[in-house]
Amino acid sequence: MLSTWQPSLARHVRLRHDPVRDADLLLLPERVVVLRGSAAEILRLCDGKHTIEAIVAELAHGHPNAPVDHEVPAFLERVHIQGWLT
Amino acid sequence: MIPPPWALLAELTHACPLQCGYCSNPLQLVRPNAELTTDQWCEVMSQAGAMGVVQAHLSGGEPLLRPDLVPIAQAAWEAGIYTQLVTSGIGLTEQRLADLVAAGLGCVQLSVQHPDANANDAIAGRRSFADKQAAAAVIRAAALPFGLNVVLHRGNIDTLDRIVELALDWGADRVELANAQFYGWAQLNRRALLPTTAQLRRAAAQVHAWRDRLGSRLELVWVVPDHLDGTPKPCMGGWGAVSMTVAPDGTVLPCPAAASISTLKFENIRNLALKDIWSHSSAFAAYRGTDWLPSPCRDCSRKEEDFGGCRCQAFALTGDAARTDPACSLSPDHGLLRRVLGDTGDEAPVARSYRNAPGPRPTTERAPTS
Repeated sequence: MLSTWQPSLARHVRLRHDPVRDADLLLLPERVVVLRGSAAEILRLCDGKHTIEAIVAELAHGHPNAPVDHEVPAFLERVHIQGWLT
Repeated sequence: MIPPPWALLAELTHACPLQCGYCSNPLQLVRPNAELTTDQWCEVMSQAGAMGVVQAHLSGGEPLLRPDLVPIAQAAWEAGIYTQLVTSGIGLTEQRLADLVAAGLGCVQLSVQHPDANANDAIAGRRSFADKQAAAAVIRAAALPFGLNVVLHRGNIDTLDRIVELALDWGADRVELANAQFYGWAQLNRRALLPTTAQLRRAAAQVHAWRDRLGSRLELVWVVPDHLDGTPKPCMGGWGAVSMTVAPDGTVLPCPAAASISTLKFENIRNLALKDIWSHSSAFAAYRGTDWLPSPCRDCSRKEEDFGGCRCQAFALTGDAARTDPACSLSPDHGLLRRVLGDTGDEAPVARSYRNAPGPRPTTERAPTS
């Protein structure tokens, strides 16, 4: 994955908090994805400005003992393959 | 505590320029003069969002016949709801779509009746193929997620390969290959619409072959017919579990066909709050969950998967909506379904229209809003 990649959510994907279920959701055509763990926190940083490195750094700051170096890029790659990130 | 619904099917109007013989609207169409007002639809969206709905289909009939579609879409957007326009394509101009996108519209589903223009127009009951092609170009140009919906039946299922080619040509992201479900208009026209088992098996094989070739280029959704292999469908993901339908006059239904179940009393948004209808009305409670299940469903290992199948089909074939769906090979009424499958004919289907609805005729008539 390019280190210069500044991911942003695809145009047809919407990220929102659902206060009724107290959950973060991705809304897509014919589909709702319930985000677990830090998924929403990571995707909120996908604003087209943060690089992967910057996103990892932000997460590492909030989760000092988590294996974010490996897990955050792997998660973003999975979401990218789904077509939800550009 | 009843878990809230995720999705809303908003049948904004039953008026439609098309007259498909398998229309999913009920036989008793709601007249335009009985439709909810703009304010009432906006209130539906507001209440739906507040109770937990996050997806809405803006459907009909033809929703573009509502001149107030933009403010209704806007109300859904403001309520946090992701909206899909479900349209015949007639009336979908570049400007209309731009206004809807500005109001938060998320994606579009366009119907096609047949990949051949003349056959399409014959099934739809009017010239419409060229409008659909133009609408597809408008959707593509707006870079919106774009799905095609094709209801499959005896008269078009053999063209499945050409349907997929058309979807690629028109730039769709997704094709819903929806085998006709036989209630309402499709039940009325069942003899003319039922595909043969050989047709269905061939089409299913073609879908699998296309999926291998297409990969992620085009998503093929194959809505499996429940009369093929003796397994009922988990209708609507369970009665009162995932989704609800609001009819043009504000009647709230567990599924778009449920109005056919004459033994249930359905509430109206004009009289009760949406969340009270969902959580407390007798119609939604009737077949929710698995406690109500009859035998043999009660002891079946699949009861959490199909919830006893389709209530509308059980009612249509047995007269009792609480029976096991006769589509199930374990149903004591399965013979009724087998008999229906053998009953086909060559007569022309009855065109869906206000006029052709069987039963008592309403006394007032007004031109559809346009």
